[in-house]
Amino acid sequence: MPFKTSQAPNQAMLVTVEGQLIVANRHELKQIVQDAMEQGVKRFVIDFTPTAYIDSSGLGALVSMSKRVRQAGGDLRLAGLNEDLGSLFELTKLDTLFAIFETPAEALAGF
Amino acid sequence: MLSPNRIPPSDTDAGERYRVELPTDLSRVGEVVDSVCSCCFSETSPTARTRFRLSTVLAEAVANAMLYGNDSDPARRVIIEVSLESDRLVIAVSDEGDGFDHRVVPQPLDEESIEATRGRGLFVIHHLSDTVAFNERGNTIWMTLPRH
Repeated sequence: MPFKTSQAPNQAMLVTVEGQLIVANRHELKQIVQDAMEQGVKRFVIDFTPTAYIDSSGLGALVSMSKRVRQAGGDLRLAGLNEDLGSLFELTKLDTLFAIFETPAEALAGF
Repeated sequence: MLSPNRIPPSDTDAGERYRVELPTDLSRVGEVVDSVCSCCFSETSPTARTRFRLSTVLAEAVANAMLYGNDSDPARRVIIEVSLESDRLVIAVSDEGDGFDHRVVPQPLDEESIEATRGRGLFVIHHLSDTVAFNERGNTIWMTLPRH
């Protein structure tokens, strides 16, 4: 499983991306978030601490999920980006679209 | 298992060359990226940055070849060729489609494009590769990256 989920306080869910977030598995992540929203989860932290790389389909999936969560009155945050992944978000200016935290604990604490 | 095969050397070859081909199947993108990276770095110790750059641009190029070049047709194949030169890697990704106008690179940084869910792939390839080139038809992309 490339994604691990765990429940957190305040109707929040932590999703950890292992390996990569790419065209091959982006729908799986979107489905996890969609299913959780239908169960009442409103706040999400996507943790990239163990992630090697993300392609543009993965970035697009994050944008799509973030929009959907916001439209439902929720919040989707990113955490654990290493220097390379962080530079990818800066390159694409997606660092201006997402709330990005150093660690998942910091992201969850802000809810 | 997708393992690149060594291409017999010719007189003009500057380094070792490998080739792998696979059907249009998005579920195999991660596998072929891992396989090509292992081939490229079997005799070197690349920096984390180099590994990240190769993984990312290769995933982008293979996905583009499958989705747009081959129009998601599982009967069409994607071919990856790698040249291991002394200081650099040359990666070629080809599809069996009609090609596209590679002179038009989407600009995903425009204000109205920031929240777009697609259109960043070529932009990322151009920024993470040292050089990018296409054949005239537009169905082969060459990318060069450092080997270390």
